[in-house]
Amino acid sequence: MAYGPEKGIGRWLFSTNHKDIGTMYLWFSFAMFLLGGFFAMVIRAELFEPGMQIVNPEFFNQMTTMHGLVMVFGAIMPSFVGLANWLIPMQIGAPDMALPRLNNLSFWILPFGFTLLASTLFMEGGAPNFGWTFYAPLSTTYAPSTVNFFIFGVHIIGASSIMGSINIIATVLNLRAPGMTLMKMPLFVWTWLITAFLLVAVMPVLAGTVTMMLMDINFGTSFFDAAGGGDPVLFQHVFWFFGHPEVYIIILPAFGVVSAVIPTFSRKPLFGYSSMVYATSAIAFLSFIVWAHHMFTVGMPLAGELYFMYATMLIAVPTGVKVFNWITTMFRGSLTFETPMLYAIAFIILFTIGGFTGLMMAMAPVDIQYHDTYFIVSHFHYVMVAGAVFAMTSGIYYWLPKWTGKMYNEAMGKAQFWVSFIGFNIAFFPQHFLGLAGMPRRYADYSLQFAEWNMVSSIGAFMYGAAQLFFLYNVISTIIAGKPAPQEKTWEGAEGLEWTLSSPPPYHSFTTPPQVK
Amino acid sequence: MLSRLNRLVAYALTPLFLLFFAGLSYAKEPTGSRPEGWNLLNLPVGVSSLSRNSYELHMILMWVCVAIGVVVFGIMFYSMIAHRKSLGREPATFHESTKVEMLWTIIPVLILVALAWPATTYLVERYDTDEADMDIKITGYQWKWQYEYLGEDVQFMSELSTPESAIYGDSPKSEFYLSEVSEPLVLPVGKKIRFLVTAKDVIHSWWVIDLGVKKDAIPGFVNETWVRIDEPGVYRGFCTELCGKGHAFMPIVVNAVPEDEYNGWLADKKVAVAAERELAKKTFTLDELMTKGEEAYNRSCAACHMGNGEGITGAFPALKGSAVALGAVETHMDVVINGVAGTGMQAFGGQLSEVDLAAIITYERNAWGNDMKDIVQPVDVLKFKQGQ
Repeated sequence: MAYGPEKGIGRWLFSTNHKDIGTMYLWFSFAMFLLGGFFAMVIRAELFEPGMQIVNPEFFNQMTTMHGLVMVFGAIMPSFVGLANWLIPMQIGAPDMALPRLNNLSFWILPFGFTLLASTLFMEGGAPNFGWTFYAPLSTTYAPSTVNFFIFGVHIIGASSIMGSINIIATVLNLRAPGMTLMKMPLFVWTWLITAFLLVAVMPVLAGTVTMMLMDINFGTSFFDAAGGGDPVLFQHVFWFFGHPEVYIIILPAFGVVSAVIPTFSRKPLFGYSSMVYATSAIAFLSFIVWAHHMFTVGMPLAGELYFMYATMLIAVPTGVKVFNWITTMFRGSLTFETPMLYAIAFIILFTIGGFTGLMMAMAPVDIQYHDTYFIVSHFHYVMVAGAVFAMTSGIYYWLPKWTGKMYNEAMGKAQFWVSFIGFNIAFFPQHFLGLAGMPRRYADYSLQFAEWNMVSSIGAFMYGAAQLFFLYNVISTIIAGKPAPQEKTWEGAEGLEWTLSSPPPYHSFTTPPQVK
Repeated sequence: MLSRLNRLVAYALTPLFLLFFAGLSYAKEPTGSRPEGWNLLNLPVGVSSLSRNSYELHMILMWVCVAIGVVVFGIMFYSMIAHRKSLGREPATFHESTKVEMLWTIIPVLILVALAWPATTYLVERYDTDEADMDIKITGYQWKWQYEYLGEDVQFMSELSTPESAIYGDSPKSEFYLSEVSEPLVLPVGKKIRFLVTAKDVIHSWWVIDLGVKKDAIPGFVNETWVRIDEPGVYRGFCTELCGKGHAFMPIVVNAVPEDEYNGWLADKKVAVAAERELAKKTFTLDELMTKGEEAYNRSCAACHMGNGEGITGAFPALKGSAVALGAVETHMDVVINGVAGTGMQAFGGQLSEVDLAAIITYERNAWGNDMKDIVQPVDVLKFKQGQ
């Protein structure tokens, strides 16, 4: 009996197929990306000039909070899970994920988590307004009553991430084709394997944090309330014990994508494969022992502050190794600049700039000036947007022909890249200036000396926002009306098992395991 | 067409990057007056050893990053220009070198060790709060600061003085829009001043960039930091920890003056405090209290309960027609003076004078259609406080 997708809505609701679930993850995360982007547009529109024009400060805080939460938990993380779903079985020569039903569950609880979260916008008291880092006691004693919806939303999203990660670990460790040893796996698989372990380790910590909040708010405990013997700073320690690995959870799969794209368009194997694996592991390890560098102003003892400063500086070493390896891969290659390559190169440049500012703020005595200003906002958008989102976009352009069997329009792709790249830099580079000049982050309104660069930043943000609609158009027009992609060698320099399959690939990727030499 | 454009942009990128960082290095002179926004590109040098050290380290780090960036991006752009397929380049096949990997692990480690040296020195200096000449206790409230000159019996609240109409565009914005306060913190230059920083409700953070001081104000804990200001001047700062809807509206203004001027100010301040205490014994008429009350209410209460007394549904209760405002005077005084535990309602007993407290309570009982017709005198407030 021929095997294929079910007909109708059942194909999606009851799917256990890695590609269908991957597709749903990708579309869901793109929808969240647009929603979070809309919030960002509200923020930038309000900050276009001094004074309150469009929203009030109360709603502004809801916007910054929801923007952060939706982008981190709704857009970036699920998009990489979607990519993992599509690619990992194809890259390791497996028919599907190891735990297909768990896969279905981990996706389908996500929309419920975000419905819980987003529904607070329409409730009395409004959406969460305490920042995506939700520091207590602003998020406990002083929170709007809707905070309980936020807490349960986070629980559900966390459960989804943990299940997704367990599935990825099980798949990578059990379903590799004969001959594919761990050190022969594509780097994207490696980075996701490490990411999955990070997720399994820290998501329960986040769940614990919000559970303690729940207890403080509803059941009279005082984990984070000094009046009852607790400690508001404890909140920050547990939050950042989750939060710092979290940022590597976001960026490591992006490293994996770039490590696939750069060699392809350089027509040269990745330089220093094994050192890439070791560097990724080193970054993952370090991510657990540096959390309090987010807290240099809370009044830690000197010894603690020194330790967290030194440990944080160390991260520059493995991160540098990765950048050097990518550049050496390009060196003496035979380079072409298709859209995925443009995005990957932009990733390296902009992520490195974000890395530089990261190194600067690792230094405690000067971070005291940077802390909680627009310098920080600029830094993390360079690594989150120009890092994770650019890598994701690169990956979509790169694998879309494989997934759909259709080729995107190269000129449109390049045009979309340039609008995106220029818009991004106009939006976020001036924020370095704003931060250094003294503008704190999460400000609904600001003094007049910040007016000029804020206006520039807003213009860039609108441009970058428009580029994402352009991207949506490119993807949809490819799926509907793209020219057929070449069956042999979509990309001249591409290596790996996924390129041995047809375009689009069969419903169950590898029904007989390929032999890897 | 597009490929030519790409090449153009690729060539243009390197100098652009350099230009950006050159722009970053453009330092501004520290002054009290407001410079043009376009020129504000870098950290100010500031007026204390702490801010100067931060600035110095910042510049070292920036030049180190620029140098690394020039080398790394230089090699990258060289490859992008010279090793193109369109030039007929055949790819090399090398893909490993332990020697090179060792090299670019060890060199960054050495650079980091070199950077750690000044960073450690500066951090140690920052933590030395011993042997201060004077102590100032800073308390963060939603959304204002309280300054207490320890041992001098002087304390006051410092709130935003920009009118709401300027924020919502109904009146022009002044030069120091959102950077001006009802009463600045006055400090002497040349003295080592220790700050004891805490908060009463949520976490705030006290930051004045020109002083190089930023410390979180955490409810239930007292943080220590210090500064020695070198030059007289007016230095402006902000709250830097998200603390609710008024986060952007609780600026800091420090007026640093020579020591004798400071002593004169302190003496005047003490006289004013004594006069304020004397005033509390006076008996006021309803009209006097209503006028005073409206003014004090708008300053201290309207941020949450709103100017029209209707509050914000779901967040802050209305006072218009509320059970407290229309109930027993004692309960009303208790709520205002002692706050309500576990909610955003602060204890205003320690923040406001008896006159203001009496005026606010009287106003709340007789404004917006509330019609209790009773008068709370400052003496009543005093008695209530003493009776506790």
